[in-house]
Amino acid sequence: MTATLPEAHADAPEPPDRRTGELTARELGRWGWRQLTSMRTALVLLLLLALAAIPGSVIPQEGVDSLKTSRWQAQHPDLTPIYDRLGLFSVYDSAWFAAIYMLLMISLVGCIIPRLLVYWRALRAQPPAAPRHLSRLPVHVYYKTDEAPGEVLARAAAVLKERGYRLRVSTGSTAGESWVAAERGYLREAGNLLFHLAVVVVLMGFATGGLFGYKGGVIVPVGTGFTNNPTQYDDLDPGSLFDADAMEPFRFTLDRFDIDWIDSGPRQGMARGFNAHLTYYEDLDAPAKTYDLRVNHPLSIGGTQVFLIGHGYAPVITVRDGNGDLVYGGPTPFLPEDAGFRSFGVVKVPDARPQPIGLEGLFFPTYLEVNGDPVNVMGEAKNPTISMLAYTGDLGMDDGDGQSIYELDKSKLTQLKKADGSMFRVDLQPGMTVDLPNGAGTVTFEGVTEWTRLQISRTPGMHVTLGGVVLALIGLLLSLFIRPRRVWVRADVSEGGVTHVDVGGLDRSTAGDVEAEVSQVVAGLRQFDEQAHGPAQPGLAPEKENS
Amino acid sequence: MTNQAWETLSNQAVAAAGVVYFLSLLSYLVQWASLRHVPGYVPVERTTSSRVAVGAGAPAAPQEPPAAEAPSYRAEMTGRLGLLLLALACALHLVSLVGRGMAADPNRVPWGNMYEFTLAGTFVVAAMFLLTRRRLGLAWAAPLVVAIVLTLLMVAVIWLYDPVAPLTEALNSYWLVIHVVSAIIATGTFTLGGLCSVLYLVKERRPDTRVGFLSRVPQPPALDRAAYRLHAFAFPVWTFAVLITGPIWAHQAWSSYWNWDPKEVWAFITWVVYAAYLHARATAGWRGRNAAYLALLGVATLWFNFIGINYFSTNTQHGYASISQPGVTPSGRLAK
Repeated sequence: MTATLPEAHADAPEPPDRRTGELTARELGRWGWRQLTSMRTALVLLLLLALAAIPGSVIPQEGVDSLKTSRWQAQHPDLTPIYDRLGLFSVYDSAWFAAIYMLLMISLVGCIIPRLLVYWRALRAQPPAAPRHLSRLPVHVYYKTDEAPGEVLARAAAVLKERGYRLRVSTGSTAGESWVAAERGYLREAGNLLFHLAVVVVLMGFATGGLFGYKGGVIVPVGTGFTNNPTQYDDLDPGSLFDADAMEPFRFTLDRFDIDWIDSGPRQGMARGFNAHLTYYEDLDAPAKTYDLRVNHPLSIGGTQVFLIGHGYAPVITVRDGNGDLVYGGPTPFLPEDAGFRSFGVVKVPDARPQPIGLEGLFFPTYLEVNGDPVNVMGEAKNPTISMLAYTGDLGMDDGDGQSIYELDKSKLTQLKKADGSMFRVDLQPGMTVDLPNGAGTVTFEGVTEWTRLQISRTPGMHVTLGGVVLALIGLLLSLFIRPRRVWVRADVSEGGVTHVDVGGLDRSTAGDVEAEVSQVVAGLRQFDEQAHGPAQPGLAPEKENS
Repeated sequence: MTNQAWETLSNQAVAAAGVVYFLSLLSYLVQWASLRHVPGYVPVERTTSSRVAVGAGAPAAPQEPPAAEAPSYRAEMTGRLGLLLLALACALHLVSLVGRGMAADPNRVPWGNMYEFTLAGTFVVAAMFLLTRRRLGLAWAAPLVVAIVLTLLMVAVIWLYDPVAPLTEALNSYWLVIHVVSAIIATGTFTLGGLCSVLYLVKERRPDTRVGFLSRVPQPPALDRAAYRLHAFAFPVWTFAVLITGPIWAHQAWSSYWNWDPKEVWAFITWVVYAAYLHARATAGWRGRNAAYLALLGVATLWFNFIGINYFSTNTQHGYASISQPGVTPSGRLAK
């Protein structure tokens, strides 16, 4: 945006030996620049920005929920390539969205810089001289008085000064040359400019966070730990200029996770009071500290923050293979499928012999069999049960492609069946063990522990953004509620020693309502002679000014 | 009082407020009916420039019927009665809100779900009207405001009702007070401003109507100014709600101050549209009618965000329309 600026304001006199082509190009550039920085263009760009933001709220976004996005893409194979090409899965990072807000920024800066200069001049200028015909102003009051013009104008100056006006007094001797000009409300334009500049600050802060920051998520079962480096994350979404070496070297362990299940009332079954008790070390050799990580109460370590954003169950499952060797053990996070925390999970045992084993199935926190169907009653683990199908064969983990730990690739697996060929399921409650058919091994459900999903993020420039928005709000308030006004008072003596007083008011904002202001000024002017002369006449100009 | 008693009180107060709003509406309608043949507006002799009398502070003043054609006794009585009933209904409305807050355990602000938000929002519309009717010369709009409040209140009671319940964990924050109250105030005021803009557009087509309701509606410039003032009040409040407190809270609860959540996107769209409205009022060729259309577009996005996103969008973290989601859910790709 800054690159185009100097050129646009290059109003240097043109050299005489200029060829015509150059002039045209420059004129074209200038014309284009004027168009771009016009209020109307800014308005259209604003509306375009609003319009462009809509698709992102309708189509699942890669950066917001990539799981949902990939599901949507799988369901709409025809639309996906088109949408993908249009950038509709990441609207807010797309070139066309960026084009709109960059144009808006340029338009804004281009609009603001000339106005800054104008404002700087206006700030030091005197109020403009009184127009010849005050009666032509939107608000005009006229009255006659016995007081001398000097007296009236002195009082006008005092009244207007008291009301916060900047004054300019003319005491000419010729008719129409003695007046007081007054102006106030200079802060409105200052607020306006502040608002627009603050928008630029906000965007810069926002961009800083997006470029240099990162956010990542990790599922941490109770009793396990986490060290802050990229390999430890389940998913990591770094900014394009993010430097992994700059990550704070903290680590923590999740000692305990508390949760309150509401067991009565309209929110029965809802959980609250999540509390993850962490022990953390800010550095490799820093002392241990503890923190109760709760929703809305993130842990800050340096510039990085740790948030509690999810929880679920991790059944502790042990698998022994056909040789009786312990080949798998420990908490296995299952992903909740509904509000009742019926959860889906996968166990992959590539080291089992004679054949690798895969398990896939559900975890029921409170299991109940209703008419032969498994039902999960609530989220609280009152009757924890796992119900899984068992497979043997190639788990496909050696293909080199990263594989989700929550999905079982069954293409090369055989489902285990009972010896009589009927359905075999690993249905276990804590402490129970089942033998897999064909001597494949045994599965033990040791018990249940919980996991928490933590989001860890670093957002540099956050306070710049916040400061920018606050400045924008202050600017907005000034520009909306400060009323810039001009008031002129002219006093002339006519034959007979009667003084004609004209008061004119001009509202320079769009809110208009300068009548009340002028009437108060007039009331101040006439505080001594109201009784003597009756009310002022609205609008009717004295004869001599009629033209 | 027990929580149950508070909840009952709240429900009864809503019902009572509904009835009294309705009586107020009836009273205003009788006022309309009794004024239907009385000219409400006598065109002033047009002078070269529209000058305004000194001391005529209220923008509506020039449209007041001349003293000679004073409205009938019945019209005056029903007008006063309507206002009285409106104030009474507003007080009952407040009682119902307080009751909702007191019924919760622990006590909390009464805007934790859509029912409560609508209850609070309509209260703001009614209260805002009572507060500004003199200042902005909106007295004539009473029957419309009452009709809107009554309709929204009925929608809330019939479709959005939820029993008093504890908050989900993410909502359990003092930002609920600050963020949502500012959103409610802005929503209520934008709604009232939108009403002024609608009337501006209607009146602008037939500014010289002499009888009927339209004749009692102020002239377009006054309407435009009233609409502008309401919007100018609501816009900074909305900015505060959507672009300051919202991100701060989002950062605390969800780890990122701007998530491009559909609710956030639409709040931003609303903000942009109202910014365009304020901008349009200062842009040649857009003043007046086009600006008013923008204000209406703003109200549409505002209410779509509140109702549409909560009901139709499945991927918002602001989904308080139902509790089908666990308090916090895992999201994002979980591939290792």
